[in-house]
Amino acid sequence: MTMLGFILFIASEVMFFGGLFAAYFIARADSPSWPPTGLLSPEQVARGVELKLEIALPAIATVILVSSSFVIQWAVSQVKGGNRTGLIWGLFVTIILGLVFLTIQMYDYSQLPFGTRDTVYGTTFFTLTGFHGAHVAGGTIFMIVCLVRSMNGQFSPQHHEAVEACSMYWHFVDIVWIALFTTLYVVG
Amino acid sequence: MASIVIPRPATYSRPAILDWLTTVDHKKLGILYLYTTMFFFAVGGILALLVRTQLAVADNHFVSNHTYNQIFTMHASAMLFLFIIPVWAGFGNYIVPLQIGANDMAFPRINALSFWLVPPAGIIMFSGFLVDGGSAAAGWTAYSPLARTLGTGMDLWIIAVLILGISSTIGAANFLVTLFRLRAPGMTMFRMPIFCWTMLVTSFLQLLATPVLAAGLVMLFIDRNFGGSFFDPNGGGNVILWQNVFWFYSHPAVYIMILPGMGIVSEIVPVFSRKPLFGYKAFVFATMGIGGLGFSVWAHHMFTTGAVLKPFFGFMTALIGIPTGVKIFNWLGTLWRGSISFSTPMLFALGFISMFLIGGINGTYSAAVPVDFAIHDTYFVVAHIHYVLFGGSVFAVFGGLYYWFPKMFGRKLNEGLGKIHFTLMILGFNLAFFPMHLLGLDGMPRRIATYSSANDWDFLNSLSTAGAFLIAVSMLPFIANCIITFMKPSGQPNDPWEANTLEWWATSPPPVHNFDDLPEVHSERPLFDLRHGANAGH
Repeated sequence: MTMLGFILFIASEVMFFGGLFAAYFIARADSPSWPPTGLLSPEQVARGVELKLEIALPAIATVILVSSSFVIQWAVSQVKGGNRTGLIWGLFVTIILGLVFLTIQMYDYSQLPFGTRDTVYGTTFFTLTGFHGAHVAGGTIFMIVCLVRSMNGQFSPQHHEAVEACSMYWHFVDIVWIALFTTLYVVG
Repeated sequence: MASIVIPRPATYSRPAILDWLTTVDHKKLGILYLYTTMFFFAVGGILALLVRTQLAVADNHFVSNHTYNQIFTMHASAMLFLFIIPVWAGFGNYIVPLQIGANDMAFPRINALSFWLVPPAGIIMFSGFLVDGGSAAAGWTAYSPLARTLGTGMDLWIIAVLILGISSTIGAANFLVTLFRLRAPGMTMFRMPIFCWTMLVTSFLQLLATPVLAAGLVMLFIDRNFGGSFFDPNGGGNVILWQNVFWFYSHPAVYIMILPGMGIVSEIVPVFSRKPLFGYKAFVFATMGIGGLGFSVWAHHMFTTGAVLKPFFGFMTALIGIPTGVKIFNWLGTLWRGSISFSTPMLFALGFISMFLIGGINGTYSAAVPVDFAIHDTYFVVAHIHYVLFGGSVFAVFGGLYYWFPKMFGRKLNEGLGKIHFTLMILGFNLAFFPMHLLGLDGMPRRIATYSSANDWDFLNSLSTAGAFLIAVSMLPFIANCIITFMKPSGQPNDPWEANTLEWWATSPPPVHNFDDLPEVHSERPLFDLRHGANAGH
């Protein structure tokens, strides 16, 4: 019952990101060139605004987030097998990887040569990655709750819906990132 | 008669006020929803009276233009977001678990959260009247560029609608899990009462459409507060994007606002015709059809932008007329040779069928692109939406209240006052909204604060205003009826209407745990089967 409810919740999240992606693709389709450098005003150019992204650091972040999905799945398999220590370590490592991802994202934000005000390119970039980042943070809090509960021995091989829901949420966040990375960085 | 005994949970007592504030009981939450939404119905109604007062005569200066914009915006926002959508959550909360023989919703605490998000959202939305520049004033549709430039009231509106969206989305997930997982033994999907089916389809629409509106609201908020360019062509954005995102939600939302009403009517009509619903499965598939097609018609609100594929959206819109027509035949087939009694719930149900039919017909031919170009943004559209949402949804709300009042409170509303209420309401309704068709065809644009006497629109507008006040007067017998009824002792039998579905098996009102036992379920009308034998009417 809990899992069905959680799957429905994730379905609504998919629609939310669907709306944001739609906005991005419409902006892109409307623009004669992408990035829309021609829309920058002389003042923006004078301030040093450039509509470009570096792929290296986000690529590392992608590897980290994708591997964390495998770690949390391993943690779920551990709780199913009754290995509480494995569950605790699995959650702990995933939380660290999530925090590393967020740190990289914040550092990356601080280095970018454009902001939300710099054409629809900046607006869509920060909205999409920002909402994804907020979901990573939410997922990390969810994992911390699960970690505390697992240390208190609240999960068993039979009862661990929260851990499973948490891992499902984490996979969802991961898949959204893969879509974002492909769209924003690889296709560019 | 075989029955299934249900174990009883322990009960304990606490102060009544604390009990109402902390309750997770679906029945109490349902009643809280109903009180809250009826309050906002009254507020929205008062705003409507202000609108009608301003428009009663030509060249009127009862309110300023900017105040007028705020009033009609808040009228629609209150009626749609704070009344019609959550009122179905109220009925659904009270009725769905009882109809499927469950003792509560799947997630009672999430259910309480869904409810407690509604009053704060209402307060936030209306607090716009207290800030500089006043409340939101871009219409409930909040089109850019206007919505990008208004004052803080617009931000409060965005936040309020976002909160209501969250309430609606998690509520929808809760209904879906309840309907999929908590049905009584023997109740297959195709033995679910029809109101439950309409709540199921409505919940799917809410779950999948509301987050898209949330995305749009977030974009608008970023545009307004963080210098975003989503809807600003100067920065490479697109104003039509808002319309696409908004209507991707708001067209399915029209079905969110009407489907549960159709469900209520389909509960009432069979009971007061003494016949099973004609074409139960056809009705279910028609409901699914409306739900599915509902996602493919949003751009019919945008024909005149020239930015949408008109033949596709015109065709899909016309298609929606088919499942809707099926439902009209379901109701007519049920009435046909039935033993009809004109009790108040039935009067409201018949009012729904006839008024919604008018709204449906004038909606269907608006799907034709050339017709739409002629009547777009005129009072014809205002007439259409009110025939669907007032003539439809509001009649169903009152039908449902009269029908389930004995179950909710153990007391039956007075029939005489109920009939006065219905008569005044249907007269007032037609007087208020029928002239709008003619005004629209004569070219009167919607949302204008006043009009010149040279247009000759005075007479029809004053008729419409008189009708609006008659609707307000029709609420007096209803309020009096409620007060009188609440002063009487409770003690209605379980099933005062000789109805069909499981909620009438429980006592009136039901205990916290709803049922001590349940009859066996062999069809979508287990109580009918008990009275007439399991094979009657099949």
